Amino acid sequence: MNDSQVNQTSLFKMAAPVPSSTHECEDSMASMKAVSSAAPLALRIVAECPVSKARACTLTLPHCAVLTPVFMPVGTQGTLKGITVDQLEDLDCQICLGNTYHLGMRPGPELIEKANGLHGFMKWNRNLLTDSGGFQMVSLVELSEVTEEGVKFRSPYDGKEILLTPEQSIAIQNSLGSDIMMQLDDVVSSTVKGPRVEEAMHRSVRWLDRCIAANKNPDRQNLFAIIQGGLDAKLRKACLDEMTKRDVPGFAIGGLSGGEEKDDFWKMVTLSTDHLPREKPRYLMGVGYALDLVVCVALGCDMFDCVFPTRTARFGSALVPWGSLQLKQKQYAKDFQPIDPDCQCPTCRRHSRAYLHALFKSDTAALHHITIHNISYQLALMRSVRQSIIEQRFPEFVKAFMKRMFASVEQYPSWAVEALQSVNIDVS
Amino acid sequence: MRLELSRVVQGCRLGVLTGLGKSGQHSLEVPGCLLYTRCATVPHLTQDTLHTLRDLPSVTQVSVDSFAEHHEVLEEFKEGVRKFAGLHDTVLFCSLHDSANTNPAGHVTNKTVSVWGSGGRIELTVARFMAIQAAIQPDCYQSMADGETWQAGVSRKRVRKAVDRTLAHLDECLVLHQKTQELKQAEIFGVVEGGDIMEERLRSARETAKRPVGGFVLDGFHSAAMDQDVRAQLVKATSAELPQEKPRLVLGVGRPDEVISCVEAGVDLFESFFPFQVTERGCALSFNYSIDPDPETAVLEINGEMPADKKLNSNGDENMMPFEMNLRDKRYQDDFCPLVEGCGCYCCKKHMRAYVHHLLVTNELLGSVLLMLHNMTHYLGFFKALREAIASDRLQDFKNRVLHCREGDLK
Repeated sequence: MNDSQVNQTSLFKMAAPVPSSTHECEDSMASMKAVSSAAPLALRIVAECPVSKARACTLTLPHCAVLTPVFMPVGTQGTLKGITVDQLEDLDCQICLGNTYHLGMRPGPELIEKANGLHGFMKWNRNLLTDSGGFQMVSLVELSEVTEEGVKFRSPYDGKEILLTPEQSIAIQNSLGSDIMMQLDDVVSSTVKGPRVEEAMHRSVRWLDRCIAANKNPDRQNLFAIIQGGLDAKLRKACLDEMTKRDVPGFAIGGLSGGEEKDDFWKMVTLSTDHLPREKPRYLMGVGYALDLVVCVALGCDMFDCVFPTRTARFGSALVPWGSLQLKQKQYAKDFQPIDPDCQCPTCRRHSRAYLHALFKSDTAALHHITIHNISYQLALMRSVRQSIIEQRFPEFVKAFMKRMFASVEQYPSWAVEALQSVNIDVS
Repeated sequence: MRLELSRVVQGCRLGVLTGLGKSGQHSLEVPGCLLYTRCATVPHLTQDTLHTLRDLPSVTQVSVDSFAEHHEVLEEFKEGVRKFAGLHDTVLFCSLHDSANTNPAGHVTNKTVSVWGSGGRIELTVARFMAIQAAIQPDCYQSMADGETWQAGVSRKRVRKAVDRTLAHLDECLVLHQKTQELKQAEIFGVVEGGDIMEERLRSARETAKRPVGGFVLDGFHSAAMDQDVRAQLVKATSAELPQEKPRLVLGVGRPDEVISCVEAGVDLFESFFPFQVTERGCALSFNYSIDPDPETAVLEINGEMPADKKLNSNGDENMMPFEMNLRDKRYQDDFCPLVEGCGCYCCKKHMRAYVHHLLVTNELLGSVLLMLHNMTHYLGFFKALREAIASDRLQDFKNRVLHCREGDLK
């Protein structure tokens, strides 16, 4: 074992053997302190942007180190949509998501626990983050009732009523054995206004405490809090004040990926990062468009997840630095260049837009090719963002990024320009 | 291209097809199978997942069904399907149809046949057929043929017509082949038709054998067309009329018992659409083809007990073939064994039945990927074991082993 692995072992018990890391791991014992007592997580700030709030870190988790800023692909049902775990590893993915609601339904926590957790079930040797099941309650199912006890909803599989409590959510996540677990929060759509938002915020704080108490594996699994408060600055601030009093290894910024106005969105993000502790990771949930990622890194976020790149791939949409290509369209039938001539992913190294266009009509492998490309694109974007922060040229990176993505300055979305301006990056 | 036969045992021809491909560097052992693709992709697999398979057949099969609709694109591309699809270094064989599809009948005329792409039916004259071949640029292809003699109650007259048309198409193809720059180094295979009428089969074989073709495709023998005994009889008789030193490929036959029967009747090559069909059913090939002494199994057999694996072959599912296991079945929900113990494929080395079961019931795409990898591996293993059995004079043991599973129980 090399030095970094020895350090990690002495800090906390591992849930699974740590594979040899190919990434920078020159951390010394002194600079790697656990962010909360007994939590199996360490954050080392490698570089900070002197202009904005961006930072590049090394996040050490039980299965391996994660370099941030990081985009986490979503493997909802214990699989990343047609991609093998080997392919995912080859893309240099260090952490991906599993979905507590879906996996809790099928195949169920008992089976997964018997299979050595979700890692053992899907044979993924790197990190896993599971959400609480909360978001699905809003987005997927007929919401019956939210009470102090938990969320009552109707199962889409057999119509039975299910009660998901903070304790049950944590119990399922304990069975899944993820490296990062999310608290069950009282999720309210960001378009909802009024007293319900405040009620949900306060309840989320109480549920956070119940989740912390219910966690059977604090030495192996990290429980993150989720900051709520909707689009109300006062409520958000109150939530931040309360939740940061709890000894959790990391914080997520929740309730902000649901169709609210972008002008409100960025203000809540920046407010949150202003009041979150510097030495703990900040996870912005459900954010995934390239522009949003870059702006929110500037606003101080470290971790992101979104179904968008994998979902859009299955509709034939390939992500590129200047937007996206709808490969099913006729215009690509005779386009013999790769999706992105500068992309190094397996798809772009081997296949042309024309071939993928043709293949879409015949076989599912076309979807896999685009999925691989899109994940590669997102991960590569985050790697270049990180590199630019380390090399102290993040503002220049952002300007170049915007130039590539939009045809002219006039087309830059105003919310993004303002958000960047708020952290001293002038792209106009 | 040369076929070097090392021995013929009980009708089974064992050998190697050498000098394949533009460079002549590739070879293919017979009896063997081609690598089945749809639009030049092995179903569900990218190059990375495909290459977890060891000992891939050196010949990849594409079809005019797949590529006719992309004719214009290929003509503009100019460099053929192998390059267009980003294929690895492989030999390309082009058949007329994709045997995994059942195309509607009744669209054959004296001068044309039809193929079916994603956009529907495309009618082909020989001229158009050959233009498509020039765009695909295969190393080997079958000539255009009328193979629609497989329906019940097809008249003798219709069968005769099919033989006549196919010969006429072959002659026309041969002429155009000589004139086509892109096909200069390609081999053309003649197609033997004749339905289930012995006379016609013999006539078709003899006439086709007179033409300067590199090999023979036996058409109209697929599973739905006729029962095994009739097929075996006809194939054997057909085979006897064909030059020994040229390869014979049969279309539409993939099930292990049917493969063995055809090999005994003199067939060298098969398509590998069968593992794909098994995959689409959510099933995994699990039949035993190993005749190596396995002490454990032998003891159980002697004592009249059935090893757990073998019991699973009779799931009671009507549509399911007896050579496979249905991974959607509830019994696999918490089964942490690999699909098939001892299988070296990516799926069996990494994953368990419970996981594949989960992927299938949740309609996850990875399920098909993993099953395809397993099923191809198993199928290629079957062919390898068949060759070894022929080589070591143990064909009967091999047949007992493979066909045994069919019975579903041990005596």
